[in-house]
Amino acid sequence: MRVGLFIPCYVNELFPHVGMATLELLESYGCEVVFPMEQSCCGQPMANNGDSKGACAAAQRFTSIFRDFDYVVAPSGSCVAHVTHHFDWYLAGDSDYQSLKPKVFEIIEFLQDVLKVEGLPKPVYFPHKVSIHQSCHGLRELHHAAPSELMIPFHSRLERILALVDGITVLKPERRDECCGFGGTFCVDEPELSTAMGEDRIAQHEATGAEFIVGADPSCLMHMGGIIRHKGRNIRPLHIVEILTGRGAT
Amino acid sequence: MKDDSIRHPEAAAAFLADREQARWHDSAIWWVRQKRDAQASQLPEWEALRELARTIKAHTLSRLDDYLRQFEEKAAANGVTVHWAADAEEHNRIVHGILAARQVKKLVKSKSMLTEECGLNPYLEQRGIEVIDTDLGERIVQLRHEPPSHIVMPAIHLKKEQISELFHQELGTEAGNNDPTYLTHAARANLREHFLTADAGLTGVNFGIAETGGVVVCTNEGNADLGTSLPPIHIASMGLEKLIPKLEHLGVFTRLLARSAIGSPVTTYTSHFHQARPGGEMHIVIVDNGRSEILGSDDFFQSLRCIRCGACMNTCPVYRRSSGFSYSYIIPGPIGSTLGPSRDIRKHASMAFACSTCGSCSNVCPVKINLHEQLVLHRKRAWDAGAVPTGKKMGLMAMRFLTRHPALFDLSGKVMRKVVPILPEGLTRQSAWSRAGRDLPEMPEQSFKEMYRRREEKN
Repeated sequence: MRVGLFIPCYVNELFPHVGMATLELLESYGCEVVFPMEQSCCGQPMANNGDSKGACAAAQRFTSIFRDFDYVVAPSGSCVAHVTHHFDWYLAGDSDYQSLKPKVFEIIEFLQDVLKVEGLPKPVYFPHKVSIHQSCHGLRELHHAAPSELMIPFHSRLERILALVDGITVLKPERRDECCGFGGTFCVDEPELSTAMGEDRIAQHEATGAEFIVGADPSCLMHMGGIIRHKGRNIRPLHIVEILTGRGAT
Repeated sequence: MKDDSIRHPEAAAAFLADREQARWHDSAIWWVRQKRDAQASQLPEWEALRELARTIKAHTLSRLDDYLRQFEEKAAANGVTVHWAADAEEHNRIVHGILAARQVKKLVKSKSMLTEECGLNPYLEQRGIEVIDTDLGERIVQLRHEPPSHIVMPAIHLKKEQISELFHQELGTEAGNNDPTYLTHAARANLREHFLTADAGLTGVNFGIAETGGVVVCTNEGNADLGTSLPPIHIASMGLEKLIPKLEHLGVFTRLLARSAIGSPVTTYTSHFHQARPGGEMHIVIVDNGRSEILGSDDFFQSLRCIRCGACMNTCPVYRRSSGFSYSYIIPGPIGSTLGPSRDIRKHASMAFACSTCGSCSNVCPVKINLHEQLVLHRKRAWDAGAVPTGKKMGLMAMRFLTRHPALFDLSGKVMRKVVPILPEGLTRQSAWSRAGRDLPEMPEQSFKEMYRRREEKN
């Protein structure tokens, strides 16, 4: 199984350890992982600001880089959701994209739905309290969990996979899936509002007594991390792959 | 009327300057969202109902011309005078014409976002007709000379102390008496006087039923019933998207409406109007005002399914923390942020960007409008209309270029990682990222690509 590793542009620059953890995790489950060096940005910032031309070019570029893999996997729900849910705005009639689309997965989805893992590659002991951060695009577009608005039975991918970790205590904040306020360029279009949303969200995570905010989208964690650092709070954001590879306890 | 030069980012920042009031606003409205959840969760068929409501509305919109003709025919057969208004100006002219021909001096109005949209109150007031809003929340904002801040709870931005002070000044209630029951009784006594002395009543319409030609008005205060039973003239203003085909379809919507709006199983009053009472007259004004244009748009026609429950506002984390007054269009929040930009993208561009694209609105919507997607689709129109700020546009053009040139993309990333840590703090603190209290991320030594390349070299 040849897996194309898609590391979103800001993860490449700012969270390389999340990329490495994703790579290691896939390899330790026996995947042949290839990272195409020429990848850049999936085009979500352009798409979300109405630049159809830029977004379309990025979507075409992404498709041509990744189309020959059996699967494409990334550690960011939002970027994956853009590829799988919004490239259609530009590439609805593109057969390469249409055959690529069902092969693109967020890492946790991939582990659970494709590899169908029932254990971690090596045992992980993480004796900490973590509060789950359900990032919006992972939640509502990739169905990482049952969104609180929908009257459907509860499920949560992140909780399900964290149950494989020893010693961990998994908690949910009040308003279990309220947005943290990152929102891509929204965070700089409306900095006061975005930061206020982040402050409220962090307070809700802190109120659980958790030491870590754990999520599957580095962008939300980056935003909350910036506010946490500014305020000198103790709670720490952590990407879920860092726990699953046993790196998170450092 | 609303000041349409409002830009959301600045207005939201100003609202958030009083963090305590903003927190209260957020919690007060979140409480309504929780009530909605509690009600919705009691119906095992909730999601099926939403799908049914979506389907009925989609069907109706796909044959709207037929249903409108059927509705007009039936209403006329019931003895109702039906008027057609292409735009707000024509709507106001028709209403004024009816009132002026009958020497109406005072009009009592029950809640109608359509008349807010059309600016009916100032139009009539300028022509010497007194207009009294009779929904309690509407009356409060009318006395404050404010637009409503929410479509279902027009005065949700006010605390009871503020209302007490307003009533003390306007209605002569005791100073400092903040008891909601006392204040409500005072408003009721004052409104009763107006009901008894009004010459005509105007209502909005929640649902128009094509097969019967009747209109349905849902309220919790009974003010629509008083306003239509006491004065001899009833005018119902209805947006042309309000139709449903048959009476049997109504139950689907009444089950969803109040639960979604305020977390009640049903509105206190669900009043059906088919004809004037003996000796009276009834008019229905069917208003287009841009709706046909939305109906013709592939990207936005779904927004016409809206039943104006306001659930999207209550769930919206942006609305709750910025209030209805931060939006340039008369309808705020997610639904307003598609309807406003549909009307005028240049004027209302900031609304399309007042959204973190969390998508919660689309999930609470009882008729399943793809609200958050529509906002992003409006951003395309904003880009094409030149309504995206120049600085941002240049940044995105640079991003567009770098995306095609990965070596330069990587180089600029590297420059950022090396330069940001040595920038003077005074400079970074003023950046849009940091100015509201958010530090920049730590800049790692190496990018993932560098780490990966090194690893490949080792292997």
